[in-house]
Amino acid sequence: MADDELRLQPENPMDRASQAPRTASSTDRYGVLSRSTLLRHTLFAVVGILLLWLMVKSFSASTNQELQLIPAYICAAIGLTLLVGLSGQISLGHGAFMMVGAYTFALLWPKWQLHPNLTIIGAFAAAVVVSAVAGAIVGVAAARLRGPYLAGATLALAVGLPSMTQNEKLSSHLKGSQGLSVPSAPQPHGFDFVQWPLFIGLICCVVLLWFTANLMRSRVGRSMRAVRDDEVAASLSGLSVPGVQVLAFVVSAGWAGLGGALLALANSNASPGAFSVQLSLTLLAAVVIGGLGSLSGAVVGSVFVVMLTNYWAQDLTNALSISSGKVANNLPLLIYGVLLALAMLVAPGGIVGSVRRLIALARPAR
Amino acid sequence: MFRFVNLALGGVSNGMIYAAVALSLVMIWRSTRIVNFAAGGMLMFTTFIGWDLVQVHNVNYWAALAVATLSGLIIGGVAERVLVRPVETGPPLNPVIVTLGLLIALEALAGMIWGNSQSHSYPPAYDFRGYTAGSHHLFFAPNDLFIVITVAAIVVLLYLLFQRTALGLRMRAAAFNPEVSRLLGVRVGRLLTLGWAVSAAVGAVAGVLAAGTSTGYVQPTGPFDALLVYGFTAAVIGGLDSPAGAVVGGLSLGLLLSWADSYIDNNIEPMYALVILVAVLMVRPNGLFARAAARRV
Repeated sequence: MADDELRLQPENPMDRASQAPRTASSTDRYGVLSRSTLLRHTLFAVVGILLLWLMVKSFSASTNQELQLIPAYICAAIGLTLLVGLSGQISLGHGAFMMVGAYTFALLWPKWQLHPNLTIIGAFAAAVVVSAVAGAIVGVAAARLRGPYLAGATLALAVGLPSMTQNEKLSSHLKGSQGLSVPSAPQPHGFDFVQWPLFIGLICCVVLLWFTANLMRSRVGRSMRAVRDDEVAASLSGLSVPGVQVLAFVVSAGWAGLGGALLALANSNASPGAFSVQLSLTLLAAVVIGGLGSLSGAVVGSVFVVMLTNYWAQDLTNALSISSGKVANNLPLLIYGVLLALAMLVAPGGIVGSVRRLIALARPAR
Repeated sequence: MFRFVNLALGGVSNGMIYAAVALSLVMIWRSTRIVNFAAGGMLMFTTFIGWDLVQVHNVNYWAALAVATLSGLIIGGVAERVLVRPVETGPPLNPVIVTLGLLIALEALAGMIWGNSQSHSYPPAYDFRGYTAGSHHLFFAPNDLFIVITVAAIVVLLYLLFQRTALGLRMRAAAFNPEVSRLLGVRVGRLLTLGWAVSAAVGAVAGVLAAGTSTGYVQPTGPFDALLVYGFTAAVIGGLDSPAGAVVGGLSLGLLLSWADSYIDNNIEPMYALVILVAVLMVRPNGLFARAAARRV
């Protein structure tokens, strides 16, 4: 990329090329797969689930335990990428949508324990729907707001919503700071109690990735990009700009809600402390560090953030022989903060963008 | 009726604190069109410095306040010069993300130095027990009076700085039209750095004042995040662009929150602030005091 100007949405030349009409030779090479995006994505999804199944089965219990929180972050980060990268809006309040999803899940699923592994699908769906409704409410307000105003309003949401649990009247339902407890999913034959929730979460991720990848290549995705790039041009082309923006918020909040439900399942608990402002900002850090606007960036960023928070920070402090728990606990946040600022200053494409840039540099110009 | 007035009295001092935070946001918005989301982290950090001096090293309240303000000046200036300057001309979301990065980093640093688990209390400057009127206890204490006077003094000083001094004139010129100011020999870059420094110093005073209003206020996150939201709400009520609007916005937010907390339901002030913020933005997306502005398309 030649532009050294800092851009929020780094357009990737290779992405664009893959969407451009194909030449006859490339169509011949990949056959029906290159003509049908849906088929290609579905094939990737099925292969992905098989690979993940092998991965979960072959990893040690402790590794699987380490990976436990990753699906929740990936789901929410996919939602945020869709919003920030595709529709050009910003949300500092995705932790709040995760909280809505987590509480919906934690209120419903423990009551549906007759066939827990079947009803969990319904509870996930309920979490997505309820947080999507919350997203619709916020989205309607957000469609009128721009840049810093929207950032401030969603930040207020992230600060405000967890305080709802402190309210005396709601406290009897939401159990205050302590939160709601969530039972664990009974594992079927062949899985243990660490593998099964992780596998459930990873399936959710694959389904979301499949859906979102298709959405991005569809008419809806194109309208979102059009609105992001130029609102006036988009509305002149007959698009309803507020409609597209609200839709982006709805889908994005729904995905964050599923992430919240997965977080509640992984933590066996839904409590306000888990959905602080710092969660929202960590999600933003995940998508920016991974690479804004690309799904692979959301996945890479989420993995990075979870591993850094829970494991690498500890290893790092051990390696530097820092014994203070205060330093170890706050090291990941410090790193996100520095990386967020650095990403904007030197590498707006994040990890994925930088890697692609290196590949493009290494390749001789055509 | 007495309760209504008494609650209003109780809201005034908080409102003045919100006004000071809002002023610090408005100053930066006016000069660089950036909302400084790191303001919450900056004033948290400077308040921790003050708290450390007062409680751990037994330094006098006023000396600690002075050091906190001075460190605000330094943090604000350095932040502008090092972090914000490179993204000032980019797309509007880049500075938002940079200031958020600074916010997280400051919160993490404070947690590293002072710990997250305990919440500390900052001693108020004066007595926090309310005055009495006859047999009634007023929700207004000598410390509240001190807060009101301090913030009012800040407002007057800022007014004098911007309207009556040559430096203030240059700062306004740099904010109004950087290109023309440069042609006329104004060192725009330095003035922007100075503007951020002064803004962060105002925030630092607001932080110390806020920390004295309730016990357990001083912690890396939580209350200061809420204070940032209140300050932003107050600034938006005032239109983000008008210092007078920031003061009016802060005071009205203080009163509204005090009444809502007592008459509707307690413990959910941040939600009220969110509702007020969204309501104001829905009616006037540019705030109540802003001039109608055309958006560049």
